[in-house]
Amino acid sequence: MIQNETEYQFRVQNLNARYASTIDNDHLEDWPDYFTEDCLYRITTKEDFDEGLSLGIIYATTKNMLIDRVTSLRDANIYEAQNYRHILSIPIILSYKSSILKVETNFLVIRTMHDSDSIIFAAGRYLDQIIDVDSDLYFLERTVVTDSRRFDTLLAIPL
Amino acid sequence: MQVVRQTLNDTSVKWPSDSLTSIPYDLFTSKAQYELEKEAIYKGRAWHYLCLDVEISNPGDYVVSHIGEVSIIVVRNKQKIINAMVNRCVHRGAMLCQKRSGSTHKFACVYHAWSYDLEGNLTNVAFSKGVKGQGGMPDDFNKEDHPLRRIKITKFCGLIFGSFDEAVPDIETYLGPDVSAKVKRVLNREVKVIGRNTQVLPNNWKIYMENVKDSYHASILHLFFTTFRLNRLTQSGGIIVDESGGNHVSFSKLDKDLSNKEYEADDVRSANNKVKLADPNLLEGIDEFDDGITLQILTIFPGFVLQQVRNSLAVRQVLPKGTDQSDLVWTYIGFKDDDEEMDARRLRQANLVGPAGYISMEDGVVGGFVQRAIKGVTEDFSIVKMGGEQANSMESRVTESPVRGFWKKYRMLTENFNL
Repeated sequence: MIQNETEYQFRVQNLNARYASTIDNDHLEDWPDYFTEDCLYRITTKEDFDEGLSLGIIYATTKNMLIDRVTSLRDANIYEAQNYRHILSIPIILSYKSSILKVETNFLVIRTMHDSDSIIFAAGRYLDQIIDVDSDLYFLERTVVTDSRRFDTLLAIPL
Repeated sequence: MQVVRQTLNDTSVKWPSDSLTSIPYDLFTSKAQYELEKEAIYKGRAWHYLCLDVEISNPGDYVVSHIGEVSIIVVRNKQKIINAMVNRCVHRGAMLCQKRSGSTHKFACVYHAWSYDLEGNLTNVAFSKGVKGQGGMPDDFNKEDHPLRRIKITKFCGLIFGSFDEAVPDIETYLGPDVSAKVKRVLNREVKVIGRNTQVLPNNWKIYMENVKDSYHASILHLFFTTFRLNRLTQSGGIIVDESGGNHVSFSKLDKDLSNKEYEADDVRSANNKVKLADPNLLEGIDEFDDGITLQILTIFPGFVLQQVRNSLAVRQVLPKGTDQSDLVWTYIGFKDDDEEMDARRLRQANLVGPAGYISMEDGVVGGFVQRAIKGVTEDFSIVKMGGEQANSMESRVTESPVRGFWKKYRMLTENFNL
């Protein structure tokens, strides 16, 4: 059991690192591939989360909605060049049952605008449900809970 | 006080003429103008949105909101009457409520334990008689003479507004009949909050208000619908600007006269190019108000927005945070009687709006483009002539009429401000 948990922690850590690298190095087209077809991806605030409010600042109930988000960012939306750098904690495996892991990981996202300083854009935690499919891990659910309710200028790139 | 105000007025921005079509850029950068606005607008004859009635449903429930930069407590008392007062202890000025919302039976200052009832009356002064006959407040100090500074309150369609000016007209007179009707159109029954967040805008509050009143930019700056070919249908609609100029509605509806055949023909023509939504469920919507209107943006002077984008409903509160920053406070709503399907629909469509909104994220950035470009500018003006020189209602949405209306109301309050 303990060995199993350690192994999963290592694999989830690897998943998180690759996920962050995909976003931080602007390979957004690969970002939806971390999710299952009928995933739930949601960015919410700690305040809303604690109150049980369901709004997502970004809210996707299918992988296709994530694909649309990337298409829109690439082709439709106007925002200044910027990049994120995710700093992640070691994941905490909360539970493991029927190939589904419940995991919590802290994040810090530093945003650098093309012409400006690096600032802490968001801090919070990921609350994940991760499924093990033929030894590959995918997000069934990723709830991004930001500690602050305030977002500077806009949130274009996903967290 | 008189002297200070006089000084402010002398350095506030000078308009080049009586026209509403040339807006001096230093209105968005001048500190003196900002100070004038605090008095003439935020303490002046205007209604300021505070919160939703439903956010303080029970006796003792309170919300901390703002009028301009001033922190305001809005509370429902034991008799279920709503009161609002400045969130500041009369003793030495400490903030009474630090939490954004909560429920209480009194407000007690942590500094020296002066406390107040839910009407804002000072009810207790710690050690007011001193200790062992020593110290204490003077005999002529009457608690009754020192309530919290109270704010005039009104409620309209579940929205609570406040004003420092007792002489502000009643809310429906303030809005005018046409704008009132469009508020009632959306807020026709009890709402529920589905989420909240704040977008920190890198620009003066008035730049955002100009933006939200400007229907001219909508299909030019926001390319989401165009890119996914979602607004190719001819849309009818209109612009309403109230008599005062300060309040407006922009609305559009799908033209029901166009037959399905024409839609399909159009679809075929454009089927081979560009992008499509992989999950069109995002926009699956219903005509919930039974009038075909798919978009209605409504503003109330100075800083309130009521938004219906398809089935995504929200109220936005625009708060000044200095000359070059403002907070856009989003409260996303649905109705108490929404079923599960409607809940899901509103959550999906909320992707359109907010800090990450497909058709609103650009509004966060474009105000910053203006603010950065007008830095240090004192000699130039913007050109607000699209659709004429008046601030009137019209059918065409290719107009800046509501922007002119904003300035009409703004000038009325700031230039007639009696010193």
